[in-house]
Amino acid sequence: MGVYWAIAVRSFRRFSTYRIATVSGAFTNTVFGFILCGIYLTLWHERPGLGGYDVSDALTFVWLQQGLLMPVGIWGATTTGELGERVRSGEIAVDLYRPTHLLLWWLSVDLGRAAFQLLVRGGAPLLVGALVFDLKFPSTPLAWLAVAAGVFLAILVSFGIRYLVALSGFWITDTRGTEQLALVLSTFFSGMVLPLVVFPGWIGEFARATPWAATMQVPIDIWLGRNPGGTGSALMFQLGWIVVLLLAAQLMTSVATRKVVIQGG
Amino acid sequence: MVERVLRAPSQYWMLILMWIRSSMAYPTSFVLMLVSSMVLTVMDFVAIALMFSHISSFGGFSLAEMALLYATASMTLGIADLFTGSIERVGERIRTGTFDAYLIRPVPAFLQTAADGFALRRIGRPLQALIVLVLALRRLDVDWTVARGIMLAVSLVAGSVIFGAIFVLGAAFQFVSLDSAELANSFTYGGQTLTQYPLAVFGKEIVRAVTFVVPIAFVNYYPVLFVLGKPAPLGLPSWIGLLSPLVAAVMIALASLAWRAGLRRYRSTGS
Repeated sequence: MGVYWAIAVRSFRRFSTYRIATVSGAFTNTVFGFILCGIYLTLWHERPGLGGYDVSDALTFVWLQQGLLMPVGIWGATTTGELGERVRSGEIAVDLYRPTHLLLWWLSVDLGRAAFQLLVRGGAPLLVGALVFDLKFPSTPLAWLAVAAGVFLAILVSFGIRYLVALSGFWITDTRGTEQLALVLSTFFSGMVLPLVVFPGWIGEFARATPWAATMQVPIDIWLGRNPGGTGSALMFQLGWIVVLLLAAQLMTSVATRKVVIQGG
Repeated sequence: MVERVLRAPSQYWMLILMWIRSSMAYPTSFVLMLVSSMVLTVMDFVAIALMFSHISSFGGFSLAEMALLYATASMTLGIADLFTGSIERVGERIRTGTFDAYLIRPVPAFLQTAADGFALRRIGRPLQALIVLVLALRRLDVDWTVARGIMLAVSLVAGSVIFGAIFVLGAAFQFVSLDSAELANSFTYGGQTLTQYPLAVFGKEIVRAVTFVVPIAFVNYYPVLFVLGKPAPLGLPSWIGLLSPLVAAVMIALASLAWRAGLRRYRSTGS
């Protein structure tokens, strides 16, 4: 257990060294926050109460979305990029030699990264947003606890998806195609394009049932207290997808490990 | 000097051909990336279409008019990204020391950096924008004049140049501040997100900023207003869109000055 903690701590430190990159990233998130607020203000002005959100819900959605984008790693983070690259280049053989579990190793790396980005890239845009607009915040300690759990589970779901994408490289030589496909799906179904509550009809119901909904829409709705079935069922929904994804990841790891042929020496 | 400028297109072409060949080494992956890059950019438009399932006009624009704004924003950014987008990798090259190689080769460093890892799959964005543009033009009820047709065509070129110049400015800034690649995204991708909506909905300050500070309103907003015969905001004249080629020329001058200043400032990592 100690070793995984050590990996996570080092991953946290590693990301904290990219100071300018972090600041310019947070700035970009903030700029997008303002742009989206302009769009949503117009939209909710034309259709008040759209998707069950009031104006303040919609604006809070914008800033939480911009804040969670990097910590949750919707567009791929270390796992997809680096693990995928290691599978492609064959360096994965070294990882498999280690007396650690591949899945837990990369999970620790990802959690260290997410913790750092949650603090800086999640905090900064939200602070700016809260200073300029009238945003909603959870009011009870229990609600804050639920939010923390929801965000943690969101990161796990996202990790599960990204791990599967990276490991697909064992079967197809170049994972960049799968990475792009994953990018498309996660952008659309997580609520990055528009809050999923605004998606009409069957496409809305489908979108809200996907694992991507558990990475962005569901934790934000926990924050807003707007989950249709209540916070408990929202957390169960996330947990359900985590079990499915991690089981699949574990299965894929063991099949892939047997597939590896180490050349040369 | 003149000879260098004349040689540049063929040198650039040679460089991108090299990168295209390398991307074709994995044809399945290339096709997947091209298709998903088209689908990915379609998402922006799907968002607008989904909005219009709830509303009939957005900031005074109908769906077809929004489609025209979207198509011109997406196409100009797409073309700029295709030809100059890779330049944002310059910070990484400086950090790792591989930028030095560009300075000793007999091709301008600018061309090599702009063509660095040229990704043909990025053609997906302008392609899907073209489809939306055709659909929008068929649905629109515009009283076409020669001036309006020329304005639309010219603005696509001028808009691409403006976005291209912003890419170069962002890259030039990386000579001062490494690792700031993402900063430019707020002006390029942020600019595209902004310009696919009627800018007036964002308020007067934003309209002033994108007119006089970072002039992305000239990419497509003012030209489209001219084409649609809508009045310009802030009491600006309705023909202000005609200035977009002039704005593009100024942006090229600025970008070129910034890039040269950056190059002069460059000191190798020397490891």
